[in-house]
Amino acid sequence: MGKYLARRLLNYLVLVFIATSMAYLLAALTLNPRANYEGRNPPIPKASIDRTLSAFNINNETPILTRYGHWLNGVVHGDFGRDWDGGSVNGNLGRKMWVSGQLLLIGTVLGGLVGIAAGAYAAVKQYRIPDNLLSTGAFVLLAMPVFVLAILLQVIAAKLNVNVFHHRVFEYSGQYNPALSGGFFSHIGDRLNHLIFPTLTLLLAGASYLMLYQRNAMLDVLGSDYVRTARAKGLRRTTALRRHALRTALIPSVTLFTYAFATIFVGATFTEIIYGWHGMGEWFVTSIQSSDTNAVAAITMVVAILVLFASMLQDVVVGILDPRVRVG
Amino acid sequence: MTIDPQELMGTVTAESGISGTAPLDETRVPSRMRIVFRRFLHHKLAVAGLVFVIVLVLLAFVGIHLTKWKYTDHDFNALQVSPNGSHWFGTDLTGKDVFAATMRGAQKSIIIGLLVALMATGIAALVGSFAGYFGRWVDRVLMWIVDLLLIVPSFLIIAIMSPKFHSFWLFVVLLGMFIWQITARIVRGQTLSLREREYVLAAKYMGVSGFRIIARHVLPNLASLLIIDATVNVSVAVLTETGLSFFGFGVQPPDISLGTLISDAQTSATTFPWLFLFPAGFLTLFILSVNLVGNGLRDALDPTSGQAR
Repeated sequence: MGKYLARRLLNYLVLVFIATSMAYLLAALTLNPRANYEGRNPPIPKASIDRTLSAFNINNETPILTRYGHWLNGVVHGDFGRDWDGGSVNGNLGRKMWVSGQLLLIGTVLGGLVGIAAGAYAAVKQYRIPDNLLSTGAFVLLAMPVFVLAILLQVIAAKLNVNVFHHRVFEYSGQYNPALSGGFFSHIGDRLNHLIFPTLTLLLAGASYLMLYQRNAMLDVLGSDYVRTARAKGLRRTTALRRHALRTALIPSVTLFTYAFATIFVGATFTEIIYGWHGMGEWFVTSIQSSDTNAVAAITMVVAILVLFASMLQDVVVGILDPRVRVG
Repeated sequence: MTIDPQELMGTVTAESGISGTAPLDETRVPSRMRIVFRRFLHHKLAVAGLVFVIVLVLLAFVGIHLTKWKYTDHDFNALQVSPNGSHWFGTDLTGKDVFAATMRGAQKSIIIGLLVALMATGIAALVGSFAGYFGRWVDRVLMWIVDLLLIVPSFLIIAIMSPKFHSFWLFVVLLGMFIWQITARIVRGQTLSLREREYVLAAKYMGVSGFRIIARHVLPNLASLLIIDATVNVSVAVLTETGLSFFGFGVQPPDISLGTLISDAQTSATTFPWLFLFPAGFLTLFILSVNLVGNGLRDALDPTSGQAR
């Protein structure tokens, strides 16, 4: 398995390199950071704009390969270059990864667990009330784009505040309340409160997909001979279901989870923008809008590495769950 | 299921063999279609989904002419009014009729969805079957491209190219380029097993070229899978399109899509809910109905597969 993983890793690394290079070249060729300095009042002389852009390595009059070489040299040494206005991409990256990390980590892990648990539960209760409720709910959620879900939850939060609690119980905008006074715990509480609705959005969006998938996978396994054998052998029902049915039924879901990872990142982008979180997703959109070549390339690289990591994780987890892979 | 398809097909072909008038294929095709159709009708949710799809499409393309307002009109005497007899879905800040705008946006989203789905399924079928049938370097090169496109920031490419070139067709092609990869893998896997079947081997040893075998034997055998996939891809395409348009990277003004409408309504969703609820409701209902049809088709075409995909 070690050799297999090493080969996969090498393949993924080549892919990450190509993806990031393509993103850089594409962004450098098509985006125009110069526009950010032109048309200002008072106008900036062209020579000054050129000098500024060249200093940040985003001057579109420098040959593209020179810029690429310079950028690549920086990346190899761990420096992603400068924003269009001279800020350090590394600095932004560190800050925004932490912001998105909170959302993504909690949302993805909870979404995955809830989805798999709900799917397995629905399969065991097939065609009974819990199954019908869960399946219908998941089906409706699946048809709902993340941005619709996010805005809808925001509206619900606002209505709950106004009509039920008559004061602001739920926060649904921003990461924290900057005007808040009080001690450490009220700040922690405030941040947690701001996390509730964005996390709920990601959780529901991720869980609905996994739930339906897991339900089907579990149903396939429930009727199989080895689960019956496990029961006949005298295992308790829950043990037989957990150790023999769920374990097998987990394998396809794990595979799906990796594919879903990039989707979750895009979903998080919507969530960040709608809930006013200044994370990677929002940064990605604003950096494209403000022609920020180096930022775009850096974000692409981080996402590519995340997808790589998720794929590797999938290989390992499937290896643990499915003994046949280990032998083969 | 009440009917065993194999048995029914067997009787039909036997009959046609006796009468000997029609060639085998012609009697078989409608009968299989009828079985599939009957099975589909048994699936009540799927039928409901189909009815809803038809109603929504009619609403978007015919219903839009029932109101006297055009999506470009501004009714300055009714700014931000809630739904009423004249403006069925209300109006927005500039007095635009939300009903007309929603239907116009829905037209765009539906057309893009259909075009992209056809394109994506077509590419997936070709790439997957070629990689699976020819194997060796063809397989390696094609699957490497699939891996690359999965990791390449498709979102970024569309986000940069689409507003820059302002072209509807480029947008459709770009969308199609980025949603076929997973299906291509599935098609490849199926082709790998089809390749070893007796009839394919027989054709191969008779000297039939690989391209012909793919066209005559491999792809028709995957028809069920491809039809289901095309249906699912419609909802995937509409979701992607509206998502990109939501960010301003998709359909460009003055054109509107459901995504741009929802994006415009985002900030006022709590105060003027009709601006958000109608486009969002249309979108969700459409995707839900398409998914239901897709599910029904899966059960009807491929009753042995219990898998979600």
